[in-house]
Amino acid sequence: MARVVVDVMLKPEILDPQGKAVAQALPRLGFDGIASVRQGKRFELEIEGGITEERLTSIRHAAETLLSNPVIEDFTVHVEDV
Amino acid sequence: MRVGVVTFPGSLDDADARRAIALAGAEPVALWHADADLHGVDAVVLPGGFSYGDYLRCGAIARFAPVMTAVVDAAGGGLPVLGICNGFQVLCESHLLPGALIRNDHRKFNCVDQELVVENTSTPWTWDYSIGQRIVVPLKNGEGGFVADDATLDRLEGEGRVVARYAGDNPNGSYRGIAGVCNERGNVVGLMPHPEHAVESMTGPSTDGLAFFTSVLTSLAAA
Repeated sequence: MARVVVDVMLKPEILDPQGKAVAQALPRLGFDGIASVRQGKRFELEIEGGITEERLTSIRHAAETLLSNPVIEDFTVHVEDV
Repeated sequence: MRVGVVTFPGSLDDADARRAIALAGAEPVALWHADADLHGVDAVVLPGGFSYGDYLRCGAIARFAPVMTAVVDAAGGGLPVLGICNGFQVLCESHLLPGALIRNDHRKFNCVDQELVVENTSTPWTWDYSIGQRIVVPLKNGEGGFVADDATLDRLEGEGRVVARYAGDNPNGSYRGIAGVCNERGNVVGLMPHPEHAVESMTGPSTDGLAFFTSVLTSLAAA
């Protein structure tokens, strides 16, 4: 089994209320010096068989079709050793 | 006139939408998310709720329901489509409407009687209003913040595609106070507030919402 990770983040110009809430909670707990927080999503896809360029292309297509909304989010795809 | 209302797993306001359609004088037709066609309806409403539990992103999974293939095709052919709340989110995820809806900037669920200003009365869903008309309908959502890049917002405003805007304080951080937009052709309208909950004085804050549903009859009759 191989693992492909898709990380999804809101585009910089899109407001992130959840990240803002986290950023406001951190100093209350004594974690100082954190200027801002953006919250994203991480998808771990377990892949049967080997990872081919064709398979990665299809995963990128899935990432832009379902896993992210390209109107408000960017994504990156990388292969991880399991 | 037959107006379909799609029920997805997790839809909440489908019954109210059908009731509003009946009160407006049309025949409501219940459509199911797994339907392969639209049963020959003259218009479609995508109702509010939490389709597929709002997992992933609001409307993201509903967008791939079998019935949505038929809705997207028909919308391209000019069929009037109204998405309310979660239905608006589904229309944005389907790319039938620009922009997206994200969590309210104050991070709380909103449930208020909201005043709106109707800005575009040339869509099939707003014909029976007048430009600048102020209406009060319920607004209830956690992820009602309309966002898009500046170029898209400028284009929407420039082309008169802002259908309604929030009056007074912005209730959810929507960019430029936008409450509803339409596609280029005008037949597809998305609205975050709920006109279907304001069609009878006994249960709603007003009956201001009814004209969304009478409008589609007026426009279909005129077509």
